[in-house]
Amino acid sequence: MISTFFTRAAAAATALAAMAGAALALDISGAGATFPYPIYAKWADTYKNETGNGLNYQSIGSGGGIKQIKARTVTFGASDQPLKPEDLQAANLIQWPQVIGGIVPVVNLEGVQPGELVLDGPTLAKIFMGEIASWDDASIKKLNPKAKLAATPIVVVHRSDGSGTTFNFTNYLSKVSQDWKTKVGENSAVEWPVGVGAKGNEGVANNVANTKGAVGYVEYAYAKQNKLTHAKMVNAAGKVVAPGLESFQSAAASADWAKSPGFYQIITNEPGAKSWPISAATFILLPKDPKDEAAAAEALKFFGWAFAHGGKAAEELDYIPMPKTVVELVKKSWAEVKGADGKPLAH
Amino acid sequence: MTEIAIETRVTRVADRARALSAIAVADRLFHLTTRTAAIVVLIILGGVIVSLIHGSLPALRAFGLGFLTSQAWNPVTDNFGALPAIYGTVVTSLIAMLIAVPVGLGIATFLTELCPHPLRRPISVAIELLAGIPSIIYGIWGLFVLAPFVQAHVQPGLISLFKDIPVLSTLFAGPPYGIGVLTAGVILAVMVLPFIASISRDVFATVPPVLKEAATGIGCTTSEMMRHVVLPYTRVGVIGGVMLALGRALGETMAVTFVIGNAHKVSPSLLAPGTTISATIANEFTEAVGDVYTSALIGLGLILFIITFVVLAIARYMLMRIEQKSA
Repeated sequence: MISTFFTRAAAAATALAAMAGAALALDISGAGATFPYPIYAKWADTYKNETGNGLNYQSIGSGGGIKQIKARTVTFGASDQPLKPEDLQAANLIQWPQVIGGIVPVVNLEGVQPGELVLDGPTLAKIFMGEIASWDDASIKKLNPKAKLAATPIVVVHRSDGSGTTFNFTNYLSKVSQDWKTKVGENSAVEWPVGVGAKGNEGVANNVANTKGAVGYVEYAYAKQNKLTHAKMVNAAGKVVAPGLESFQSAAASADWAKSPGFYQIITNEPGAKSWPISAATFILLPKDPKDEAAAAEALKFFGWAFAHGGKAAEELDYIPMPKTVVELVKKSWAEVKGADGKPLAH
Repeated sequence: MTEIAIETRVTRVADRARALSAIAVADRLFHLTTRTAAIVVLIILGGVIVSLIHGSLPALRAFGLGFLTSQAWNPVTDNFGALPAIYGTVVTSLIAMLIAVPVGLGIATFLTELCPHPLRRPISVAIELLAGIPSIIYGIWGLFVLAPFVQAHVQPGLISLFKDIPVLSTLFAGPPYGIGVLTAGVILAVMVLPFIASISRDVFATVPPVLKEAATGIGCTTSEMMRHVVLPYTRVGVIGGVMLALGRALGETMAVTFVIGNAHKVSPSLLAPGTTISATIANEFTEAVGDVYTSALIGLGLILFIITFVVLAIARYMLMRIEQKSA
């Protein structure tokens, strides 16, 4: 009686230990950008169902992600703002673009339909500088001869928290407006000349939806989900483009990834007749000398799987998968992640 | 027979001594445990102060005392100043007090003097419930309901009403954003109302009935009795309650950040967007890259800590005095 109890208990204990071991060995953790969080979460869910290995991603913001991966407290970091090659070198990290999205200007104007309003870079910069304060300004009318624009005061809505979205948006404005570049500059948080701040993409979306005459900038997915009135943009080639899969992908494809060490490419204001001017890639950061080799190898496996099988899920959530040519380059760069024995961890 | 009796008495005495010493040990242990608990609180508080000072040192070194008066907040050039956040914190709290104090005192007066008995409980419970609503709910309600309402129906009226009056025209200068310092003040007023109302009600209840009866006896109306008897008697306690509410208003984060507009500017107009210390920290801490930026945010935290500490200390002192009085 007693002996059977003991054998059973021992069996249960070994089973438990085995389970715990399995969970520990393949526990990959990541932290960083909020923008790709929905797609990373969806990929992780599908991946767990297929392989049994889990991923724990905390969307704490790009800045936080960079801090955490530099401190090596997570398996990988995620950032909308790429690190410069010299910073990567200093922190001994590799970096690659995982997925692409677009940032769209959204407005709240009575009688203006989504995609009806056209804006160009210099005008957008002037609006966000406070130099254009009313919707019936001549420069807006010039771009929109047919639209009915009333003398509504413009309410600028920007992000109040630091964000990769802001970095890419201000990077674009700096490229198209010398004035913006010298007075405000580009960063994940800047000193805004005018407007109200709202926390997160969802905060900006809600503020624009609730405020008459408002203009803001959000990730395309948020504009679509909240059914906001997005604007069309005049791109670097001088063509009017609508935000969407094709125009984001065109911007991603025209960037010269092969010649940029550490994939340091900010894909705003890209050439190409179809390119959306405020497109953005979001990046993954991984140590070249990971402490937990099994976890790092598993992370590479996960991202490889996402490149191969995650495209459809990405498109469903309005993200754009990386072009195939870029994926090849990224996978080559993974050879730099080495174990203690000097062998690459990627298979 | 007697021998046996003596023996039992001896053992009894020994038992008693043992029991007494056990009680003494337990007593001393109890004393030690509680004292440790009390000291731990002091250590934690000290630790918070020390780490706040330590964390804000880089910013204080970079900007000196100019940090308190500078209006800059530029993460690109790493130039930070605390004035807009301090200004917003103080102004929103003041607006909240201007609204909540009269209303809160009115509620307390009604409840203690005029309210029909069957209504007393429901109204009291409703006020306590107001205090129980999480601040995030106030924030969402402020953004989705209050701000659009204020933008469409209140602010245009305020702007046109005061546009010809010198000082007030700058206080209520447009455009109507809906969100801004005034809206944040209104939300805060609703949030701190229950504190003022319930504390005032409790201190009004400490007034000896004989005083009220005497006032009524010489022919005072209820309002005269409140003004000349109850309020002077409970003044310190009421002020203490108001201070407690003020402490809460100063530190409120979530509800404010939804509706204040989070703009680092000192603007004379109450309709313009602004920011508060806690809203700034909550918004920017996760993404603050660089030591000076982080340190500036911790420095803001230190300033808020000092402000609330002083306010709460005054409040406690006043409430203590009213307790002594009623005892």
